[in-house]
Amino acid sequence: MTAMREPTVRIQKIRKDTVRTRLIIFGALALILLLCSVFCEHLTPYDPYLQDLKNAKAPPSPEHLFGTDRYGRDMLSRVIVGSRTSIFSTLLLVGIVTALGTMVGVFCGWHGKWIDTVLMRISDMFLAFPGLVFAMAVAGVLGGGLQNAIIALVAISWPKYARIARSQTLAQKETPYLNAARLSGSGTWKMIFKHILPNIIGPILVTSMLDIGTMMMELAGLSFLGLGAKPPTAEWGSMMSDARSLLSSVPWVTLAPGFAIFVSVMIFNLLGDTIRDYADPKSRGR
Amino acid sequence: MEPVLKVENLTKVFTRRGQPAFTAVDHIGFELYPGECLGLIGESGSGKTTVVNMITRLLDSTEGRILLGGEDITRLSGKGLRRAYREMQMVFQTPADSFDPRCTLGDGIGESLRNNGMSRAETKQEVARLLTECGLTPEFASRYPHQVSGGQCQRAAIARALAVRPRLLICDEATSSLDVTIQQEILALLNDLRRHHGSELSILFICHDIALVQQFCSRVLVLYRGRIVEQGIPDEVICHPQDPYTRRLIESIL
Ligand SMILES: Nc1ncnc2c1ncn2[C@@H]1O[C@H](COP(=O)(O)OP(=O)(O)OP(=O)(O)O)[C@@H](O)[C@H]1O
Ligand SMILES: [Mg+2]
Repeated sequence: MTAMREPTVRIQKIRKDTVRTRLIIFGALALILLLCSVFCEHLTPYDPYLQDLKNAKAPPSPEHLFGTDRYGRDMLSRVIVGSRTSIFSTLLLVGIVTALGTMVGVFCGWHGKWIDTVLMRISDMFLAFPGLVFAMAVAGVLGGGLQNAIIALVAISWPKYARIARSQTLAQKETPYLNAARLSGSGTWKMIFKHILPNIIGPILVTSMLDIGTMMMELAGLSFLGLGAKPPTAEWGSMMSDARSLLSSVPWVTLAPGFAIFVSVMIFNLLGDTIRDYADPKSRGR
Repeated sequence: MEPVLKVENLTKVFTRRGQPAFTAVDHIGFELYPGECLGLIGESGSGKTTVVNMITRLLDSTEGRILLGGEDITRLSGKGLRRAYREMQMVFQTPADSFDPRCTLGDGIGESLRNNGMSRAETKQEVARLLTECGLTPEFASRYPHQVSGGQCQRAAIARALAVRPRLLICDEATSSLDVTIQQEILALLNDLRRHHGSELSILFICHDIALVQQFCSRVLVLYRGRIVEQGIPDEVICHPQDPYTRRLIESIL
């Protein structure tokens, strides 16, 4: 009996440690990415906006690791500088969507009645509509530009968060401790900020971590379609779009930002996965 | 003598789409006098929790009036209701769930004090005093609900209910989820509180265990399918039950 027991305990401990190790590794990678984008000016080997037509379309070499584009700008420097726009606008987008969706969801769940029905039907409409098409329409109406791309993506992404926050709030409203808080004479705001939000924010944050990758792709997608960041601003999506006509002759100009998107999306997705595993005690054993 | 709590014609009808209306509480009325301990017994599903949830206004009543210290609280809301909660407090059926898992017991007990404008330092002292009064040590204030046993948690819940010095304490099966020895301890605590507070504290004691009610209450109401079928002194009700349901309830125990 004891002989059977011991290994199980050990395995569980090891598995839990793996989740923690993963958390440390991906957290560190994400941190490096963030630091990169904060200090990007100091990390570039060349001036990312300096044109050097003699050196245009140079393939990857020891001097220019990712090659140069058609104006002779160093691709590595441009990718590094692009990280600021790409990563920060993604984080801003995720932040706005999470805050807005949570606010709407908590309000609906708390208030109930007709206003809840109305807002939830609206969110149903958004969920039923193909998101990126709608985002393109919004960005098209508002005109290009990074700011409008973010507005467009916020418009299509908030319903998911509103749904989660609403159902969580409804569940919290039924708990005895909320009734106890009510009997303690706490007002609406205190109950929402002190008791409901701390108890529902976990699953919402996990969702937003998992969404960072998707949002980055969608933002890059809109930029690629010319509805996001405009050249010469270095942004990964628009950089790819810029060079797509030269894909066959100078593939590195498209591939370099593509690779950067791929790596960052990957890191943020894995981090999101790990945080979900870490936050959920039931899946910690896996 | 004016009753602390007076309930008239209280009714709750649950209506849900696609289902026939269900009358969980059917025109009940009773009075609770200062210093009295009134028992409310009935089988599971007889509507006990529904009654107290209506009295504490966690649930809106379909019909009837609730008078707390002479004031009609049936339709109060907001500020008025918060004022009523200074007179009336409740101990919940499940102790562990009645504390926010993300707040310490001290936070939970002090919440009503803070809401009534007490300073942080004073609250801390008062919480320590309340915990001691309820048989715990001040050290429990910094613990989280999952770090204490069910009995300790229920003591903390009683401390929380007493924080505002209410005139009416409602215990909704406060002992049901605890084992027999802890039940007796909690009951002893409630008895101490009664002796200590005298006519300042009236208790509405909900229970489905007639033996506990006999031991603790001065008067008892028997609730069956949302109706009061019998009331009187516990010994009388137990020895000479008038209603067939009460008879069955007592036979099932003896
Ligand atoms: N929200 C609701 N909607 C519909 N029916 C309800 C609702 N809440 C309670 N009921 C019904 O009302 C009846 C009384 O429930 P209540 O919770 O008051 O019983 P109780 O006496 O407290 O039982 P227990 O001893 O198990 O706590 C039950 O039949 C229950 O199914
Ligand atoms: Mg009940």
